Amino acid sequence: MKYSELSLLREGITGHKNWPRAWRDAQPKKRYDAIIIGGGGHGLATAYYLAREHSITNVAVLEKGWIGGGNVGRNTTIIRSNYMLPANTHFYDFSMKLWEQQERDLNFNTMVSQRGVLNLFHSDPQRDAFARRGNAMRLAGVDAELLDKEQVRQLAPRLDFENARFPIEGGLFQPRGGTVRHDAVAWGYARAADSRGVDIIQNCEVIDIIHEGGKAIGVSTSKGPIHADKIGIAVAGHTSQVAKMTGIRLPIETHVLQAFVTEGLKPFVDTVITFGAGHFYVSQSDKGGLVFGGDLDGYNSYAQRGGFPMMHHVMAAGVAMMPSLGRVRLLRQWGGVMDMTMDGSPIICKTDIGGLYLNGGWCYGGFKATPASGFCFAHTIAKDEPHALNAPFTIDRFRTGHLLDEKGVGPNPWIQ
Amino acid sequence: MHQINCPWCGPRDENEFSYQGDANCRIATQSKAPEEIEDLLYFRPNPKGLHKEYWHHVSGCRQYIIVERHTLTHEIRSARLARSPQNQEQS
Repeated sequence: MKYSELSLLREGITGHKNWPRAWRDAQPKKRYDAIIIGGGGHGLATAYYLAREHSITNVAVLEKGWIGGGNVGRNTTIIRSNYMLPANTHFYDFSMKLWEQQERDLNFNTMVSQRGVLNLFHSDPQRDAFARRGNAMRLAGVDAELLDKEQVRQLAPRLDFENARFPIEGGLFQPRGGTVRHDAVAWGYARAADSRGVDIIQNCEVIDIIHEGGKAIGVSTSKGPIHADKIGIAVAGHTSQVAKMTGIRLPIETHVLQAFVTEGLKPFVDTVITFGAGHFYVSQSDKGGLVFGGDLDGYNSYAQRGGFPMMHHVMAAGVAMMPSLGRVRLLRQWGGVMDMTMDGSPIICKTDIGGLYLNGGWCYGGFKATPASGFCFAHTIAKDEPHALNAPFTIDRFRTGHLLDEKGVGPNPWIQ
Repeated sequence: MHQINCPWCGPRDENEFSYQGDANCRIATQSKAPEEIEDLLYFRPNPKGLHKEYWHHVSGCRQYIIVERHTLTHEIRSARLARSPQNQEQS
């Protein structure tokens, strides 16, 4: 069923009793043209683009849990393309363009809200660094505006401009950045992929990848063996675990990142704001809760929960930036596990095993990449070669030295 | 909150320590082949289970501790000085 004003009106007057399922509850067939391991945002987007761009519709998405239960439902919903290195700038801005047309593409209200992303700076050297990044973005055709203190005050009056230690001097603003309702992204891609024939199979854990003579031919799952010509891995957080089934070693460590939501408040944070003197980012959901996060907990972990020391640290940064947060009550807190690569950039590539493709290493920035990741991974799988946009995101770069270390911190993922 | 049993100071809270990464990593030297350097610098076993890692007791005795910790349950199995003869031999 196509969602429209007419369908909403019709269902509205008949008591919303006849909405069909958004996607089928598929059971696995014995064989597919392509299997995507992982029914998160990236896996579902990949299946959607395989069907839409490459007419490969005999596809299964295998999800260990349920759709929307992993990182696609655990992030802080921010989208932006304010990167400096050319490979990242082009990739993430392509993603931004796909976000801008997503609701029409998917016929689904994903609540894309380009409310702007504001990165605060607090000193002259930081202004220089932000001006440089802004200029790099503008040269690549991405929108960026360097704001002075008064312009920031117009945009976000409740910040602590006179903070004795970290006074706010200005900010780098990307107006096209913003937020998207993350659950709707999962549901929208699932529904759109399903309507093109993709089987979305929940509660189906991949136990092993079957490969013979250097070629992947299928997977063993909790619902039995399934064969396929091509297999894509999109399980960020657990990429090391799945890749290990075929003996592939990776420059990845798994770390936990927390996110937080406060009680609902009247609108007072209109954009996404990030603190420049600590790691803190905040936006306000349409329901009124402040959604925010900060640093990784800082040690290897597969636990989808966080510890108190980092909670305390994040709150301290938040209150330093916006003292009025001090009286707000925290409603919910949770953790998600991240594939942290050794240069902070993702991996979308072919592997040494024929017919096996890898998408992972998203660090803590995978959500904003969802559409472009799916688009490029689908291209890599369908054509057996990378798209120009993901060609730099190989595993080989660690051997050849073509790293994409946006932050310049080296192979120390716990401080990324 | 992890509690690490520092060999010098006894059980102390995690926030006295600074995490310093996988204790299986070795220093890469330039005389090695690119594949070996790549291996030493970047590849990690990343276990979902027991993990040997460095913690620096930065707000305590300032010693480096090798902690064996479970990455899913966060249970700490052992903590010993990184400079103990037993660890020197291993490296």
